[in-house]
Amino acid sequence: MTDALSRPTSVLLVGGTSDIAIATLHALRSPVLRRVVIAARPSEGRDEVIVDLERAGYSGVEAVDFDAADTASHEAMLDTSFASGDIDVVVVAFGVLGDQLDFEAHPDHAVEAAQVNYVGGVSICLRTAQRMKLQGHGALVVLSSVAGERARRSNFVYGSTKAGLDSLASGLADSLHGSGVQVLIVRPGFVHTSMTSHLEPAPLSVTAEDVAQGVVSGLKRGSTVVYVPATLRVVMSGLRHVPRAVFRKLPI
Amino acid sequence: MGEVVTRTLTGWGLTMPSTAEVMSVFDADEIAAALADPGIRGVLARGAGRSYGDAAQNGGGLVFDLMGRTSFDIADDGSVIAYAGVVLGDLIPQLLARGRFLPVTPGTRYITVGGAIAADVHGKNHHRDGAFGDHVRWLELITADGTLHHVARDGSFDEQRIFYSTLGGMGLTGVILRACFDTIPSPTSAVCVDTERFNDLDSLMASMVAGDDNYRYSVAWIDGTAKGAKLGRGVLTRGDHAEPAQTSGQKATVVPTGAAPRFASPSIPLSPLNRLTIGLFNEAYFRRAPKNRAGEIQGLTSFFYPLDVLAGWNRVYGPGGFLQYQFAVPDADSDVVRTALERLGAIGAPSFLSVLKRFGPGRLRSPLSFPIQGWTLAIDVPTRVDGLAEVLDDLDELVLAAGGRLYLAKDSRMTPRTLERGYPQLDEFRAVRADLDPRGVFTSDLARRLQL
Repeated sequence: MTDALSRPTSVLLVGGTSDIAIATLHALRSPVLRRVVIAARPSEGRDEVIVDLERAGYSGVEAVDFDAADTASHEAMLDTSFASGDIDVVVVAFGVLGDQLDFEAHPDHAVEAAQVNYVGGVSICLRTAQRMKLQGHGALVVLSSVAGERARRSNFVYGSTKAGLDSLASGLADSLHGSGVQVLIVRPGFVHTSMTSHLEPAPLSVTAEDVAQGVVSGLKRGSTVVYVPATLRVVMSGLRHVPRAVFRKLPI
Repeated sequence: MGEVVTRTLTGWGLTMPSTAEVMSVFDADEIAAALADPGIRGVLARGAGRSYGDAAQNGGGLVFDLMGRTSFDIADDGSVIAYAGVVLGDLIPQLLARGRFLPVTPGTRYITVGGAIAADVHGKNHHRDGAFGDHVRWLELITADGTLHHVARDGSFDEQRIFYSTLGGMGLTGVILRACFDTIPSPTSAVCVDTERFNDLDSLMASMVAGDDNYRYSVAWIDGTAKGAKLGRGVLTRGDHAEPAQTSGQKATVVPTGAAPRFASPSIPLSPLNRLTIGLFNEAYFRRAPKNRAGEIQGLTSFFYPLDVLAGWNRVYGPGGFLQYQFAVPDADSDVVRTALERLGAIGAPSFLSVLKRFGPGRLRSPLSFPIQGWTLAIDVPTRVDGLAEVLDDLDELVLAAGGRLYLAKDSRMTPRTLERGYPQLDEFRAVRADLDPRGVFTSDLARRLQL
């Protein structure tokens, strides 16, 4: 049970080695947090994350195997994670960014990205929702992106996967109304992480820690959608209405 | 089988919602039938929902609502036999008509008999009369196997073990169906009150130590926003039930009932309470109080239940809800009271309800009963105050180092370790639960959160 000060006792990070997932965990850390489940592919990276967290003093850190594209394995992964108690917050933080030109040249790669980001997301979100409904409380945090709000020439494949995931989460939030379960959709702009280190930062870029703070405040307020930075809400609202002929030419 | 409704429940602090199946139950047979198939999330009985945190919730599970059965009897000796769902406020007019009053009442009359026992509630007379549980003669408890146990204060060893663990047991030993408790004499429906105002904490506490024993009831309201030399300034009200001679010539006092209040505070998206308004309120309240007034005749309602006139006053702190931090510390560590006021004042936690009170001896045989001899301070704080979590965690340490503890009926944020350290007899409680309920049918959000 997340306490009155919005501090969870247990957190599951799906895609748990991502910079945003780890930053979110740090932001949710408190004396009441006693269980952390890192769902990720078995790898040296995952081992390092576990060691780092234990060294930082986290207790109850566990790893479970997770492959976003292998949706058939998700049920068992979540069963394992929920087996030893309620989970207060699940962060869905996995995803691939890919390269737009590569996607266009190799549609198979685009399909793979869609499998991971969207299909994997559908699988994890719906299965998590079932479990949280059974426990009567919990928060499902879904990392979306402003890229999904209006597809741009420069990254519309990635954008479309996030659009699908965002749309799913939005409907799921409504379906869970009254169930005690909160869905929090996080729409960051450009985030400086290892996933984006090769790219030129866009305007209003933020850090993983900024996203984490957005998650914390969204959980505290019981929000369904949070933009990071918050000003993007207004910017995106404007961009949605820019005529296509103009939008196409915008350097974004 | 009773009607079942899916409901999202919170405590009085409006934090930590969870959704459960709420079943109206009426008698032992219905309860036993439901317990035969409790489901994986277990069962909990809920009263009026006046505990502040998640004590009366069972997310994903079954919650019994016993408030449909409201019958009670008052015997010639003033003792009451009541079903658990009876609201204390509904007893008061009948008791007063017989010259009696509740043996113990908390700051609201909208709680149930079952809740009063499960939380072992205390009132302004704890230093004199103990907690509610000290007045219970016997109770009927339905345990996880559906058995109805009649357990009495003076029963067999096994009976007493169940009896005392259920007092303050937060509903985790079983479902309280009915109970018998004693009442106290109240020759009128008024209280004779002495009010004194103190400009600082030391003089207030000194006066309480010196004089509380002369009164049946004593409580101090503290200005939670005063700082510096004024820190802990407050208004001490103490009194006894008024004698008929004292009330003659006074207006007939209004007899309080359990009926819902007429004025409801609106549900508001933004709290009108902030540092400014709460500071002004506290200043005004302090100044309005007489410096020293003896022998004022007050109605029971205004003396015991000043906040009950506003239905849903819990909404005024705004959408984030609020918590009440209540601890008890032994006399030797009264400085924890000062530190708590200082630390919460330093982060500007606006509180308009800070209450200081002296406790008499606790009841060692009830492992989870809150009161211990010494001081207890209760402070309301909206949850969205910056730095609140850290300050309260620090205060926990001071309370525990002093051999003190936090009140489960108010808790919405402590850790399992804080519970264990504050309640050294926790293992005894766990042993009783393991005997009575080996499958862990009775549980709550609080029990899961605190690994109780």
